[in-house]
Amino acid sequence: MTTAHAEAAEGTLPHEPEKASLEGRNKVLAFWLFLGGEAVLFGTLFATFLALRNQTNEGPSAAELFHLPLVAAATLLLLVSSLTSVFAIQAMHRGNVAQLRNWLLVTVLLGLAFLILEIYEFSVYIRHEEFGMTTSAFSSAFYTLVGFHGAHVAFGILWITVLIGQLMHKGLTVVTAPKIYVSAMYWHFIDVVWVFIFTVVYLLGKVG
Amino acid sequence: MDWITTVDHKKIAILYLWAGGLFFGIGGLEAILIRIQLIKPMNTFLDAQTFNELITMHGTTMIFLGVMPVIFALMNAVIPLQIGARDVAFPFLNSLGFWTFLFGGLLLNLSWVMGGAPDAGWTAYTPLSGKGYSASHGVDFYTIGLQIAGLGTLIGGINFLATIITMRAPGMSFMRMPMFAWATFITSAIILFAFPAVTVGLVLLTFDRILDANFFNVAGGGNPVLWQHIFWIFGHPEVYILILPAFGIISEVIPTFSRKRLFGYSSMVFATILIAFLGFMVWAHHMFTTGLGPVANALFSVSTMLIAVPTGIKIFNWLFTMWGGQVRFTTPNLFAAGFIPTFTMGGVTGVMLASAPADFQFHDTYFVVAHFHYVIVGGLVLGLFAGLHYWWPKMFGRMLSESLGKWTFWTFIIGFHLTFFVQHFLGLMGMQRRVFTYLPNQQFDTLNLVSTVGAFLMGVGMIIFLVNVFLTSRRPADAPEDPWEDGRTLEWTIPSPPPEYNFKQTPLVRGLDAFWKEKMAGHKGMTPAEPVGPIHMPSATILPFLMSVGIFIAGLGFMFSRDEFSSSIMSFLFNNYIVTALGLLITFGSMLMRSLFDDHGWHIEPEELEGR
Ligand code: HEM
Ligand SMILES: [Cu+2]
Repeated sequence: MTTAHAEAAEGTLPHEPEKASLEGRNKVLAFWLFLGGEAVLFGTLFATFLALRNQTNEGPSAAELFHLPLVAAATLLLLVSSLTSVFAIQAMHRGNVAQLRNWLLVTVLLGLAFLILEIYEFSVYIRHEEFGMTTSAFSSAFYTLVGFHGAHVAFGILWITVLIGQLMHKGLTVVTAPKIYVSAMYWHFIDVVWVFIFTVVYLLGKVG
Repeated sequence: MDWITTVDHKKIAILYLWAGGLFFGIGGLEAILIRIQLIKPMNTFLDAQTFNELITMHGTTMIFLGVMPVIFALMNAVIPLQIGARDVAFPFLNSLGFWTFLFGGLLLNLSWVMGGAPDAGWTAYTPLSGKGYSASHGVDFYTIGLQIAGLGTLIGGINFLATIITMRAPGMSFMRMPMFAWATFITSAIILFAFPAVTVGLVLLTFDRILDANFFNVAGGGNPVLWQHIFWIFGHPEVYILILPAFGIISEVIPTFSRKRLFGYSSMVFATILIAFLGFMVWAHHMFTTGLGPVANALFSVSTMLIAVPTGIKIFNWLFTMWGGQVRFTTPNLFAAGFIPTFTMGGVTGVMLASAPADFQFHDTYFVVAHFHYVIVGGLVLGLFAGLHYWWPKMFGRMLSESLGKWTFWTFIIGFHLTFFVQHFLGLMGMQRRVFTYLPNQQFDTLNLVSTVGAFLMGVGMIIFLVNVFLTSRRPADAPEDPWEDGRTLEWTIPSPPPEYNFKQTPLVRGLDAFWKEKMAGHKGMTPAEPVGPIHMPSATILPFLMSVGIFIAGLGFMFSRDEFSSSIMSFLFNNYIVTALGLLITFGSMLMRSLFDDHGWHIEPEELEGR
């Protein structure tokens, strides 16, 4: 249970620095558990959405509303960002800090682009379709589910940005490595959730 | 200050105990007020609105803010010791969990002085909890206060899971783990999978009330039964979050005072897991009368009754443990022994309620009130009393008085049965739950009087306990390491109260009931698994406290974001979410601080260890 080797030089880090200390292993384990809880959270939101998705209260329905090309573009951005975060972890395992930083930067930028597309999408719905939080049970469920995911993306962007700063400041150590590893797990998780949103909300909404 | 910044699990345990005691007292006062109102027909002691607020706050306070923290107090005090660890996996998170819990609870109780408490029942059923029926901020305090408190519980659950998975002493396999540690492990797993559901439910209700969303609003296409599903898919597992720790405590106390190992240890473990699993499959037994249809009702009915099987296994194992043992009826063991028949009665009425056609009769009557109090008070609260008396010397280094303890037991348990036994009959005779008064000459009068007298007697029991605590705190802290002399598990191998590093040397575990095993082999203590060396300790920090203050401010800000204030500055600050943003800034700022400045902790050197 020591952090004495925290300042170990880069080249001498173990192959999987995120699991080199008990704290690191605890962190990774606890994060898996946390994601279990997050899965229940999104599961409940999905169940709510499925129960209410046809309750349009004479407002716009999913089929009228959604514009698939835009959503597909957003999906592509997010999927690629998951891939780049894998590259980041691979770079970390090779001990290559510069590559690690660059891939993390790319990941953050892709996430940011996704978020901008989503905000644009919402603003179109609100301004041109008069489809807001209060329109119908469907609209409430839509904004809550998709918005919750968006808030997760936003948090992830902030988080990874702070970690990049930390990486530049302190280098790759057995203290920073678990944090980076765990943030990548988080990023994959919100990506997986998005795949479900794309299918359940958008595709299912379009076909009926 | 020391208490605000501590990350030591033993001190956090004491904080949880104080906070739980405070809220338990408030909830108890509310119960007494309710019972005074019901002492005679057509009583005018309280009006209907106040009564509704009191039952809502009593139920909510007791379940979320009264007994949960006392459970967490015992877990924090005992679990690292029982598994031979120096600390929990995440001391920082441990402190954060406590402070978010406390500030959530404070927020909820602020409602009493800020314009009216929640009044829709602790289940907050829509549309009763919607704006149409509950226009004051009461229910907002409920949704936001519980949200914050729930966050703390979730953090605590994850922490215990990680602690138990990775920090067990060498040789302590899962099947050598004490039952209380098992109970904590499974309880934490239930917390992890149940609390996120209510998190979502509370968010949806908040959005309905503050952002005019339509989740439960029929006019906008919403569905009130959806709330019930979400609430109970959390709410039923919640009752196992409460009762499994009590089972764990009983499984520690009974073997200790019977001088025998727990009968059927592996079946106990298996039964605990099975109960947790089934606990997630039965939520709709709270909804038989909502019209789910005969197929759903039948399935939920049968699955509920199935839980009686593993529970029965547990009851019989405790009896078999006592059977033929050298039983000593110390105060903890009295509570444990009182627990068995009382909890069994609650289980029997549970099976009665699980029968869907019968439930159409029992639903929303005092029969239900009697049932859940038999389980929660007769089960959990007796269990907590057993645990508190049992581990008090370990936590504080002082033995509670045995004779006052026995007085506590007898007044409390007699008062309890007086209060709640008669409520079964009140229910069967048709007295409804949650109504603030009743008409005379329906044969309700005498039984209600008896019930209120019983409630006062329970109050006397509580007061005796407090007196005991007070008197004990003035005596010298001289409890020996193993004050009950028949301790079986690792916490009894170290001083009472333990030093902040718990174990000078991590012990080597060679079997179930590790300490007992060494005693039987003629050893005085445990064999160490490592040489004496420097011990790494985490530093104290104020950040968890600040983070919770931030969430508290953000919650208040969001809650009043649509209000009009008499002062224009206030309106400006709240209506533009400036207060909310400020709160979040404090929280995220503290998170950033945590992230930027690593806590390297400090070391206790071997020379220091020898010195003490
Ligand atoms: C200490 C002695 C206690 C007394 C005298 C007492 C008494 C009462 C009474 C009179 C009610 C109102 C029933 C109704 O009209 O619906 C009630 C409700 C309730 N109590 Fe207690 N209670 C006690 C302890 C507890 C404890 C320890 C818990 C939980 C840990 C608890 C949980 C509840 C719940 C959940 C309700 C339902 C509230 C509702 O209907 O929304 N009680 N109690
Ligand atoms: Cu239930």
